[in-house]
Amino acid sequence: MNILITLVWKATVETLSMVSFATLFSLILGLPIGILLCVTGPIAQGGIVPKPVLNNVLGRVVNVLRSFPFIILMILLFPLSRIIVGTSIGTKATIVPLSIAAAPFVARIIESAIKEVDPGVIQAARAMGSTTFQIIVKVLIPEAMPALVSGITLTIINLIGYSAMAGAIGGGGLGDLAIRYGYQRFRPDVMLFSVIVILVLVEVVQVIGNKISARMMAKR
Amino acid sequence: MRISLRHLHRAYGSLHAVHDISLDIPSNTIYGIIGKSGAGKSTLVRLISLLEAPDSGEIFYDDTRVDNLAKDELITQRRKIGMIFQNFNLFSSRNAAENIAYPLEIAGVPKDKIQERVKELLELVGLTGRGKAPISTLSGGQMQRVAIARALANNPDIIFCDEATSALDPQTTRSILDLLKDLQKRMNLSVVMITHQMEVVRDACEYVAVLENGSVVEEGKVIDVFAKPGSSITKEFLANLAPLVEDEQLKKSDMVRWSQEGGRYTLRFRGELTGEPVLSRIQKRYDVEINIRAGGIQHVSGEEVGTLICDIIGETEEVEKAVAALQLSGILVEEEGMQV
Repeated sequence: MNILITLVWKATVETLSMVSFATLFSLILGLPIGILLCVTGPIAQGGIVPKPVLNNVLGRVVNVLRSFPFIILMILLFPLSRIIVGTSIGTKATIVPLSIAAAPFVARIIESAIKEVDPGVIQAARAMGSTTFQIIVKVLIPEAMPALVSGITLTIINLIGYSAMAGAIGGGGLGDLAIRYGYQRFRPDVMLFSVIVILVLVEVVQVIGNKISARMMAKR
Repeated sequence: MRISLRHLHRAYGSLHAVHDISLDIPSNTIYGIIGKSGAGKSTLVRLISLLEAPDSGEIFYDDTRVDNLAKDELITQRRKIGMIFQNFNLFSSRNAAENIAYPLEIAGVPKDKIQERVKELLELVGLTGRGKAPISTLSGGQMQRVAIARALANNPDIIFCDEATSALDPQTTRSILDLLKDLQKRMNLSVVMITHQMEVVRDACEYVAVLENGSVVEEGKVIDVFAKPGSSITKEFLANLAPLVEDEQLKKSDMVRWSQEGGRYTLRFRGELTGEPVLSRIQKRYDVEINIRAGGIQHVSGEEVGTLICDIIGETEEVEKAVAALQLSGILVEEEGMQV
């Protein structure tokens, strides 16, 4: 029992660190792309500096990356992991494909959250002489914040799922534990325990995300 | 600040939203632009407020051409303009005070100065102490007051009001119009009001331009336009003004009794004439009887404009003479059927 707890605890810490770093990096990658997608879009959809060609190309790239099966993307990105973190297995190595896989998803979520901002408010900000940068930083992001928080919550939950999948190809964390111990060494208790921890993680993230988002709405 | 528009055009595809509009909007006054939805007034205000560039034509603020400014100059110029909207367009992520602070923040005003100015502005619009209120807790009238304070933050010369009272009830509309009139006088603003409500023009504006299908069909002092509407669309706007609406039932029964005997006339007269017994003089001089159906006097920028709806009964020749005499004495006479 003690060993089981130690194992699961270690795997949980790995999953949490993978998911946190991957969330951070996918936001760093996805946020600018999402904002770019939105501001270069058509004026009718809240675009403030319409650039149809750029918008179209970017949109397609994001779509292709989004529909790429994660397992295959991860294998394809092994060399990149090796360049960036020096290895292609383990927790650290998995953060690279996780971040890249989640980035287009984040971009779309950010884009749709920002599109929800009332075009009238954007017009008012323009009429007052805001620069494009000021509109993004002082209007679009704060106005979209509750939707952004919900989107980020969803991203974290997806990343927990992806990180478990990464376990199948030696990625570390709870998924890895469930497969190596639970499946390959016939330890259903380890499998069950790992799955329960994953479910609990997802639930906790969802509840916290909802709370933050609701609190923001209540202040408006 | 004086605003001059020269031959403005703006089309969306094949739709000519604004078609050859030239206007001179005098400085330090409230100028109304009225039109039905689709008349082009929203496009026009976006052009004048530099939110959109015209396809052709020129816009001048005083003597400076502003429709072709470079990006940086455009942003600087926009900061000298205040704008308020039908849906208020306040930032829901900011409370009342932070909304008012926005234009100051983006202009790089130091924090302590912003606080001071915001306090002043809240006082100015009658919202002292409500600075911390979240936007959603304010009433429509209060939201528009915050929007007005925000528009005034940078001490603009021009305020554009795009249907600013259309989402408000009549009482709140009146209080917002009173506030705008008061601020206009105190701060020597040029206010341009876009509206579809003739009441707004009557109660607040000194000048008016009437828009139809992207063109100006009538323009001038409100008092003149009320006394002598020249276009059918203006007459329609005037006919829809609240106090003159006739009781439908009454109208029907009257029509039955008098339909054989004479046409129906709408008389409009202004100023000093409202005090004179013009009608009884006419009645004495010609062999006609004047039967008044409805009437009223409206106060337009401090002057009175009277309207009477009546029948003039008598021999055709006498009636014509009476109408001519009425027109000669400065009264505008419209015959039913000629009126749209």
